[in-house]
This record gives sequence, C-alpha cells and structure tokens, in this order.
Amino acid sequence: MNDSLSLRNRLNTVVRDIPRSGIRDFFDIVTTMKDVLSLGIGEPDFDTPWHVRESTVFALERGATHYTSNLGYLELRQALSSYVRKNFGAEYNPDNEVLVTVGVSEALDLALRAIINPGDEVLYHEPCYVSYRATILFAHGVPLEVSTRAEDGFRLTRAMLEARVTPRTKVLMLNFPNNPTGAVMSRADLEDIAAFVKERDLLLITDEIYAELTHDGAHTSIVSLPGLRERTVFLHGFSKAWAMTGFRLGYACGPAPLIEAMMKIHQYTMLCASSLSQKAALEALTHPGPELGNMLDEYRRRRNYLAAAFADMGVDCIRPLGAFYAFPSVAKYGLSSRDFALQLLQEEKVAVVPGTAFGACGEGFIRCAYATSMDNVKEAMRRMGRFIERRQAHGQTH
Amino acid sequence: MDQLLKVLQMNALESRENIARMLGLPADEVARRISDFEARGIIRGYQAILNEDQLNLDKVTAVIEVKVTPQREGGFDTIAGRIARFPEVKTAYLMSGSYDLLLFVEGTNLREVAAFVSERLSSLEGVLSTATHFMLKTYKRHGILMQQQGSDERLTVTP
Repeated sequence: MNDSLSLRNRLNTVVRDIPRSGIRDFFDIVTTMKDVLSLGIGEPDFDTPWHVRESTVFALERGATHYTSNLGYLELRQALSSYVRKNFGAEYNPDNEVLVTVGVSEALDLALRAIINPGDEVLYHEPCYVSYRATILFAHGVPLEVSTRAEDGFRLTRAMLEARVTPRTKVLMLNFPNNPTGAVMSRADLEDIAAFVKERDLLLITDEIYAELTHDGAHTSIVSLPGLRERTVFLHGFSKAWAMTGFRLGYACGPAPLIEAMMKIHQYTMLCASSLSQKAALEALTHPGPELGNMLDEYRRRRNYLAAAFADMGVDCIRPLGAFYAFPSVAKYGLSSRDFALQLLQEEKVAVVPGTAFGACGEGFIRCAYATSMDNVKEAMRRMGRFIERRQAHGQTH
Repeated sequence: MDQLLKVLQMNALESRENIARMLGLPADEVARRISDFEARGIIRGYQAILNEDQLNLDKVTAVIEVKVTPQREGGFDTIAGRIARFPEVKTAYLMSGSYDLLLFVEGTNLREVAAFVSERLSSLEGVLSTATHFMLKTYKRHGILMQQQGSDERLTVTP
C-alpha cells in the first residue's frame, strides 16, 4: 500500500503543498455531465488555418523529424524576430535573443527559473492565468499577488504595485490582454508601470499571448517603451491568434544573458520544441492568410453579442477589450462564484469557470469564454438569462 | 467588406436583433442598412446552400467553357447577357485565359444538357466553340464543406 511507504511525505514539499488548479477541479465536475454548453474553454474553437496544417504534413513527409537547434530553427527565429519588430516594436537578434519553447507555459517557467533565487519575490496581478502562482512557487520564488479590480477595468496601476513591492522584489509579471478578465492596458497605463519597473530596478516578464486578439484599437507592448527591452523577457506564441494550442509552440525574446540562461534549462530539460510545430509556426508567419483577421472579426462579434446580452439581463460586466473572455460580476445574486457556476451548470447545463480559479480576488466573478460558436454563445446567453431571472425572483421572496 | 454584409453572408437568416448585438449597432439601423443594400442591388437575393448529393435529384450540372467573338459594340457583355438569360444557365463568368465564358448549366439528365449545348448555345451567333465537363461530386460550395465535420474535440473546461 502506498500509505505504508508514506509517499506523500516523501514528495517535494513545494509541489505537495500546491493545490490542484481550481479549473481542474471544476473540469472534473463538468465531465460527469452530458450535453453541456461550455463557455469554459480557454482555447480557440477554430481549427488551425489549413495552410499551416497542410504544410506541417508536408514537413513530416519531407522528414523534419529530427532535433532542432536548442534555440529552435534559425529560420523560425529570424521570422519571429521580424514579426516581433513589426508588431511589438522591439529588436531581437535571432542568433541569441530568441528562444523557441513548448508553449508560453514553458517559456514562463524557464524565465522564472532562470531569474529567481530562493526567496526572491515576484509581483504578479490577479485574477490571472491559473499557472502563474504555481510556476513562481516551483521556481522557489515568493509570489506577491496584486489584486486588480473591476472598477479599474481590471487594469494594473502603479499604486497597487507600490503597495506590495518590497526591497526583496525582483520581478514583475504582466499579462495583457488578460486571461481571465479580457482587460488590456493603454500606452499611458503601461508607461506608469514602466516607470515603476525602472525606478525599482526590477526585471519584467510580459506574457502577450493574446496580443493579436485586441478588439478596440491596437495592442501596445511594454517592450516598445524606452528602457524596458533591456530588462524584459517578452513571451508570445501561436496558440491563441493562430488557433494552434495543440502544437504547443511559444517563444521568448530578451537580452542575450537572460535568453542564454533560459536556454540552458531548456537544453537540459526539453532539448528543443517539436520540429514539426516549429515548421508549422514558420508557415504561419511567412504566409499570413485571411484566417487571423476572420477569426478576430468573429471573436469581436461574439464579444459584442455577449456584452449586449449581459447588459440586457442586468449583469454587470466590464467591457472585454481583448482575448476571448468576459469576466462578469455575479456577486449580487447571493451566491459564491463557485456556487453560481455549479448551479448554472446543474440547472441550465452551461459551464463557466468560477472567478476564484484565477485568484482569490476573482470571488464574485465568473469567466465566460467566447471561443465557441455564435450559436452556442446565443444559446448560453438565453439559458443564463433564464437562470438569472429565477435567481432574482428567488431573491425577492426573501 | 462591410461587417454587416459579412454576417449576412455567413447566415442570412440571422435576426436583425442578433446582428445588432454582434455589431454593436441599434437594431433599426441594421434593418435600415439591409433595406438600403437591397434597394441598391448590392444584396441580390438570399438562398439556402444545399448538399444536393444527399438529395438524389434527377439533375446534372455541366461546367462549360465557351469561346466567343466579342461584339463590335458591347464587347463580351452583349453575348454573355444573351447566354446568361437562358434559365438552364445558373452561373456565368467572363474569364481570362484560353476561353472567354465559364457557365454552370443544369439539366435533368446528360441528354438534356447536351441538347442545350448543341441546339441553343453553339448555334448562337458569336459562339465559336464549347467544351463541356460534367460535375461528379461536390466537396465544397460557397466556402462550406459538404462532408460532415468532426465534433468539437476540445476539453469542456480548460484554463
């Protein structure tokens, strides 16, 4: 029996003490039910553009089945460097400042492990992607969460950071457009953060995986601001805008010493990202078709529909400006996020993710992903409207 | 292209209210703009896209390449207009390359289409030659794949 071996006590204590992702928990409940309409899926419903898939098949036929350079194919790094220069406004040398990784998740892990000494503090904002806190802890860092708030449009402000920062703080992590809130940062917002980072002499890790999915106006990257590139690891990948989640392809750009350190870990743990996925990414960058624009248009229409539907049913929701998430408040219905999500699932078979999966300050909110067909969005909104009407009628009798 | 037209091209049956929500416009403005597109002849009709192979219709479709002599006044338009008016001709394009007009012609059987080509089309003044190809199977029409697509294989909840 495992108990006699006390396997649990022999585990690494950091790993043992980190709770499973709240989203995993909820997933286990959802999978016990049939015919669920899911607004809980954090990945595009679109298939990867056909030219990318077709060229991946071709690459397989041609025998691109070997290890690549640890950094990734040079040709891909060159294409990435030029894409980042054009779209994010920062120059990176493809020879030693670009590292191709297994998704942004690996890149984030590498960046933290490359930078953090045990006990170093990492500032990050919540609600945020489910892995941030755990990844900091795995790197033996000390997570310092900063709560963003609906009344600020879930944007991060300098004042929030000033209230949390200490002399032991080494890194700030950013993620805009944001999962789960759909928030984006304006240039002026970013300038405040940039000034803070420079004055406190911090390093910055910016996860801009949703950059292309910015709905009103263009995305601004913090790396394009003066003096930031030198102290920043920029993370991006193909999962979201190109609908390539299963390819697991991301990349990091940064000053050579940081990329070199990240490469060392990558080299000894991962060796290289999948050769086929790298070929796919190269095709995606070098032959851009109409697919990205069409997907963005469709996400925007769904976003508009959701926002209008929430407004009609009296649900408070800050306007989602990026990614494919809306993060409405459900606090006024007298249920915790988790109970709201559970009852919505049980009564109407609509899956949403409780805001608490993304940090304690997500209490009172739910994440609704609109990476699902317009028909599903419409039907989900109809059912949620019905659910809320019942909640309100119930509330009035008490 | 206009966002409203894009939505209608994807689903012309979408209600005005839903389109209004998707585009962030008032519903009456959507209705007004659609009427305007119709009045200006930009929207010329609404049709269902059928997978006809599933219906076992008594119907054949021929794709016909036609070489013609352009007329002195009116160029290709006059002869193309005369050809396009035949109800058998469902689609007609002026093409660059080794022929001039490309027609999609429908009939109940091969003989009927053959009769149309030999008796109606080839005998028109200005038609120099035709090459007729019969369609065997439809894989995609108007951007829609005719095969059943696979179901959503994504996990129901992901971060």
